[in-house]
Amino acid sequence: MSDDTDQLLRRILTDVLGLKPGQADGFDADTGLFGHLPELDSMAVAGLLTELEDRLEIVIEDDEIDGEMLETFGGLLAFAEAKRAEA
Amino acid sequence: MTPATWPCPLPAGGAAREYALVFDRGRQHRLLILPALFDESNRLRRFTVEVMRRLDAAGIDGFLPDLPGCNESLQPLEQQDTTDWTDAATAAARHFDATHALGIRGGCLFTPAGLPVWHYAPAKASSILRQMMRARILSAREAGREETRELLAEMAVVSGIELSGYPIGADFFRHFEKMAPDPRATVIAQDALGGSGLWTRAEPDENSAQADALAAIVIAGIAR
Repeated sequence: MSDDTDQLLRRILTDVLGLKPGQADGFDADTGLFGHLPELDSMAVAGLLTELEDRLEIVIEDDEIDGEMLETFGGLLAFAEAKRAEA
Repeated sequence: MTPATWPCPLPAGGAAREYALVFDRGRQHRLLILPALFDESNRLRRFTVEVMRRLDAAGIDGFLPDLPGCNESLQPLEQQDTTDWTDAATAAARHFDATHALGIRGGCLFTPAGLPVWHYAPAKASSILRQMMRARILSAREAGREETRELLAEMAVVSGIELSGYPIGADFFRHFEKMAPDPRATVIAQDALGGSGLWTRAEPDENSAQADALAAIVIAGIAR
């Protein structure tokens, strides 16, 4: 099940950030997100989390959201995979 | 496309002029559009107008009013209640002699009764508030303050709350959070347009293929 989380997450980031097709394929675990991309402000992050919930069928509690999980693509992917595993 | 004004009822009686963007050539089919709300209204405004241009080219008049307290309105947002917006939508429909209505996202919560109505990607009020509360919690956390959804909701129903820069009154919050789109409307899901919705974008964007698709669905629906 977690096999497609990586692809889904790249797709969601492509949509939220308005990236060109294929651009998110270049993201690796260390690619910076929140705090590195100016368009990812708190409203955009809130929108990103809503998309994650809808498309990965998970529920994200407010107290689970921390800087570490949002800082890099790898951090967000690890969080999403863990949430899907417990769902 | 021209700016117009229309008389919007005030809660205490009388009316204030509100602004609307219109394509009005006095044609048979006249579509009232209720725009997306709050932050989403910015990200979907260009898309909405692009749809109106296509409808105009297909012979359909379009009317995009400001709800009181939104966009160019001079009314204070924090003094609005949900019934004021429902009344405003009804008044706009009457003033512009609308024959059909289209709600966009949160605007679907305020489409007037008594007209054939389409809802594009309708949003529940609770989902809209949930996302705005989350944005507030995140930005507070960034500033080193810890806020919780429970405390914010308690505060909101008593004294109102500012969410994403929008001051929302206590009455509005209480009434709004329970609202869901009218199930009698014809829903146009995002899937029907292809790609992901432009409200999910971090920055306002445009997509002519999606505007084509939404306009085509509405044009076919009106012709039926």
